[in-house]
Formats: sequence, C-alpha cells, structure tokens
Amino acid sequence: MRRNYPEKPDKVYFMGTCLADMLYAEAGLAGIRLMEREGVKVIYPRDQTCCGQPAFNSGFQEEALEVVLHLIHCFPKAYPIVVPSGSCGAMMVRHYPELFEGHPLEQKAIEFSSRIFELSEFLHHVLKISLKDQGVPVKVTWHTSCHAKRELGLGDEAKQLVKQLENVELKELEREDECCGFGGTFSVKQPMISGEMVLDKCSDVLKTGSDYLLSGDCGCLMNIQGSLEKQQSRVQSMHFASFLWERTRGS
Amino acid sequence: MDNPCLKRVFTKLPEKRWVMFLDSGELETLRNLAGGIRRDTVSRLPDLLEELEPNCQQNGIQVHWAQTTEEANSIVLNIARKADAKLAVKGKSMVSEEMELNHFLAENGIEALESDLGEYIIQVDHELPSHIIMPAIHKNREEISEVFQKKVAPAKKSDTAEEMTETARQVLRDKFRRAELGISGVNFAVAETGTLCLVENEGNGRFCTTMPRVHVALMGIEKVVGKLEDLPPLLTVLTRSATGQPITTYFNMISSPRQDGEKDGPEEVHLVLLDNGRSRMYEDELLRDTLLCIRCGACMNHCPVYTRIGGHAYQSVYPGPIGKILTPQLEGIDTAGYLADASSLCGACVEACPVKIPITDILLKLRHKKAQSKKEHHWTELEGAKNLFEKITWKGWKFAFSQPWFYRMQASILSRTAQFLPDQLPMLRSWSRFRMVPRFSEKPLHQLVEEAGIAEE
Repeated sequence: MRRNYPEKPDKVYFMGTCLADMLYAEAGLAGIRLMEREGVKVIYPRDQTCCGQPAFNSGFQEEALEVVLHLIHCFPKAYPIVVPSGSCGAMMVRHYPELFEGHPLEQKAIEFSSRIFELSEFLHHVLKISLKDQGVPVKVTWHTSCHAKRELGLGDEAKQLVKQLENVELKELEREDECCGFGGTFSVKQPMISGEMVLDKCSDVLKTGSDYLLSGDCGCLMNIQGSLEKQQSRVQSMHFASFLWERTRGS
Repeated sequence: MDNPCLKRVFTKLPEKRWVMFLDSGELETLRNLAGGIRRDTVSRLPDLLEELEPNCQQNGIQVHWAQTTEEANSIVLNIARKADAKLAVKGKSMVSEEMELNHFLAENGIEALESDLGEYIIQVDHELPSHIIMPAIHKNREEISEVFQKKVAPAKKSDTAEEMTETARQVLRDKFRRAELGISGVNFAVAETGTLCLVENEGNGRFCTTMPRVHVALMGIEKVVGKLEDLPPLLTVLTRSATGQPITTYFNMISSPRQDGEKDGPEEVHLVLLDNGRSRMYEDELLRDTLLCIRCGACMNHCPVYTRIGGHAYQSVYPGPIGKILTPQLEGIDTAGYLADASSLCGACVEACPVKIPITDILLKLRHKKAQSKKEHHWTELEGAKNLFEKITWKGWKFAFSQPWFYRMQASILSRTAQFLPDQLPMLRSWSRFRMVPRFSEKPLHQLVEEAGIAEE
C-alpha cells in the first residue's frame, strides 16, 4: 500500500483526465458508476481539463503550470479526488510539489496532491468493493502502467479487483511491467523505437491467448489498442473500469 | 534493431542480476545503504578530494588535476614522454573513452592497446564500445571469430570462446611484457587512505597496473569515497548489478608504487583526476545525483529503449539511461540535449539503479533546460523549425487546456470529426505506421456526465 487510506467518504471528486474525456469517456462514466454503487456521491467539476503532464514531460513546465493552476481551482473542497489513469495520478502526486516549488500556491498544490487517488486503489483500499460477476467466461490479461507502478507506487490493486470476477481468467503477461512504448510525445518523437516496443507488447498480449487486454492507463491503452487493431487482432482493449462495470452492472 | 545479441542482454542479464538479489527486502536495504553512501560522498565532494590528494601523495602516488579532457590527455602524454613510452597497455576505463585517449596517443606516436577482452575486440575492429561494462556485447561469437581470423591471427583457429581467449592472451602477454606504460581506470578512490580500487575479472587490470614501469590511473572526480568501510556495500552492489557476480575475480587496491624489497609493481603511479563538467553538475542539487553513478550498467540492461537500439545508436561514449543524463551535461544541452528525448520515462532504470539515481527526474529537468535554451544558432534550419513548432504547439496547448469553454468545444468537435482525419497527416504518420489513429468517444465524458446528471459541485 502506497499510503494510509482514509475511511470511506460520502463525497468524492472525479478527475476524468483529458484522454479519458475524449477517448475513453465510457471508462470515465463506468468509474463514476462503480463508486456511486457503493453509496458515494461523485462530483464531476465541469471546468476540469488536463493534469498538465504532456507539456511537463516535454520540458514545457511554464505552460504546464498555467494549466495546473486552472485545474486545481476546479476542486476546491476537501473531498478525495479519484483519477482513472495511473500516469495522470503520478503526475499530480509526484510532480506537482516540485512544479510548485517556491510558488505562492505551493501549499495549495501539495494539499491538492495529497487528495489524489488512482481509481483502482480507491476502489480496492478505500471503498473495498466486492464484485459479483454476471458475464460469460473470458480470458483477460493486464498491462501495468509504468507510472502507476514506479511513480505512484501501486501494486496489484486492479488485478485484485479483476480476480474477484468468477468467470474471468487472468492470464499474466510475460513482461507485464515493461513499458508499452507510449511515453506521450516519445511515441511521435521516437516513432521507430516506440513502435518496436508496442509491437513487442502486443505479441506478449497475443501469446496469452486472452480475449481482452485491460489496463488502468488511457495512454498505454490508446497505444496498445491502436497497435492491436492495426494488426487486426481479435483481442479487445478495455479500461478496467469499463470491464468491471460491464460485467457487474446487472442489466 | 533486430539484433539477437541485444535480446540476449535483455533476458539474461536482468535474470542474472535478480538471482543475486533474491530477497527483495535485502535488495532494498543494500540500495539504501549504497545510495546513502554515494549521496553522502558526493555532497562532500570538494572536501573528500582535498583529503584524497595529500593521502595519495603521502603514499607516493603523484596526483594531477584536469579541468578538461584536453588537459587530461596532455598530462598523460607528458607522463608517457618522460617514461619514453612507445607502447601503453590499457585496462578498461570509461574516462579514457571520454578523453578519446587512444586516438590522441596514436596521433602522438604512442600505441595504446586495450587489454580488456571486449575492449580489445572492438579496438581491433575499429569500433566504439556499445555498453559500459560489456563493450562488445553487440557482437556474437561468429562475428568475433571473424574479427580474429581477419585481424588478429589469421593462421590460428579461433572458433570457440576458449580458442579466441587463448589467441588474445598470447598477443596481449607479449604486449604486457613490452609496454612501458600501463593505463587504468579507477572504480573507487578512498580518501582517508589514498587507495585506488580497481574491479575486474580478467586480470588484465592487475597486469596493466603492475607490469609496466609507470602506471597512470584515470578517474572522474566523483569516484572518490570517504572511508575504507564504504567499499564493501558499494562493491557488492556494483558486481551484482553489473555482471550478476557476488564478487569479481580480481579486486585491486593500489596504495603506492613499488616499495623497497617488493618484487613487482610500477616505479611510478600517477592519478589523473578529471572534472570535464562534473563540478558543474555538482552545483545543482538534482543534477548532482548524476554523479552518484558507479558505472554498473544495470540501467542499460533493464532499459526497453537501450535493449532495442543498442549502445551505438546513442552516438556518445555513455549509452543508455545514464548516458541520456550524463552526455547532455558533459557536452552541453544544445549539442546533446536531444538524448533526453529518447526516453519513454518508464523508470525501469530508476528501479534497477543500485544507488537510486532519479534518472527520470533528471531527464525531465534536462528537457526543461532544453526547452528554455535560447542558443538557437547551434541548430540546423530543420532543428530550428522543429523547435519553433514545438514551442508554438505548447503555447497553443496551454491556451486550449486552461480555457474550459475552449477545451470543451475542442473535445466535442474532435469527437465528431477525428474519424475523418487522414492518417497521413505529418503528426499522425509516425503514429499510424504501427497503430490505428485513436478513436474518439462518440460523446466526450463532459457530455456523458451532463446527460447522466452527475453533480458538478
């Protein structure tokens, strides 16, 4: 466990992230539904945009700071902030304190950071959800986000959630925690290296014989899904929140 | 990119390393211990160097300081000339690669022969090292055998590793006997005792530092440690991380030239301390951590980029993750800053590093420095245009993502139009070579939550 987790709160904020907003909107909504089902009121501030990671990781910290200044004002109350993406979570937890070093709003940024939870850790450690599988038997595999693991310090929370599903067989990747090659602008600045990496990740996925590839990071997911589709693979890529919700929603 | 040797590195070396650290708790304890020693050492670098110098001198080791690689080269040349040396045998030294010493000595009529087997192979084949620990790792046995057949001993059968080693041994033995000068690197220099430590497996390092009449040790100033008792933890993480060995075959501790009554050892020992930008790194609290490195190479063996492109692709002396942070600082952000971009920031290197260098944090800082750099005259027109394009892109991004109304409008337009974007657009082309263009959600999450009646505050 990366930290001491609080008691189950009445209300939480949901920080959807720009990638989930535009590419994995259903995953975002599924994350919200999973928490609502546990009796938690979920608030989605409409003015939220992006955690600032794309510019920050490219060396454009001043530009990132402007966007972050906007973002942290969208979450004024002391509720926990849940994020459906390990990499964005890591940006907010690990890098805001340094981004704001010496800034008049440094304390506010640190306080904001301390309220960030990645979705799987929140479901597992705070809401302690139990899931009742209603789906047909399938095989799935799991790709770990580098930043969730190495920057945020998450363990296998998401896999624990998936393992609760009776009819789901989890097939582990041979190199689960090897980078998929996305790396934000890395994928376009170093396209050949990034391409080799995602091809290797895909062949690892295909070797498991899984029906689904699950991940908790929209960047990795967009990358691996794009490559699997390019290869016309039958493996479906899905955010774990969508997967958990689809299999337990009961309709 | 499809080099089977690299694939071997990729699977075998990390495995060998993990066998050395079966207990993850123990690994963490050792990393904390070794990292702590290095941090403490580097934070006291100026003091420790001032302690090292007189203690070496007291032992009879002559100490030379070099600000630049040029200075270091001319120091070595002067020593060689005084010794009337025509032939120098070298142990493995990355600092000598940094100085391009072999080339410099050759220009001045002195042959410098690499005696580490891997270094010897690539020297014979006129290549540069592709790894800091295993310089010839990019070559397989057949390729090396071919080098031996063509360039070392055409008359000899050199098919197996044993045969090739035997051939090299015979060539090198003769050189060891004749060389007037021995050159080595330094893994650790102990300040309190004035001792130079050398870690190696082949015995060539001991040969270089004992057979020739004069020994020159080359050392980056960060290799100093305070006390003898600092050595065991550093040594153990170094050998386990580098080659998966609990200890190397040879560990040399050189504390003086030959003393009266001793049967071997050089008459003179010189220590050349090279700065070459290191004190500049020392000035910055974060960049200083670059100096923690003990050159084990674990970051390379665990790096998904290095293991796919190999060391030569970096076009610098130090490849891999450590090279990406070291080279831009040694050569300048304007000439080598691009190396900091060749990372997905996955952090596998940080996880592997036995002294816990925050490589990804340093990469981010270097990227920031590069983005801020004004020295555009160094760039070619294309680089200049790319840089300007990137600057404008992030300015536009800043606007779009800090104005919620604009952001929502853009998300909503993209969700309706992105499917019609041709995948041959310049930005998308490099992406779509390996992947389909991302499919946008039919409705952005903003819209879904609105329709679902999710609270907004």
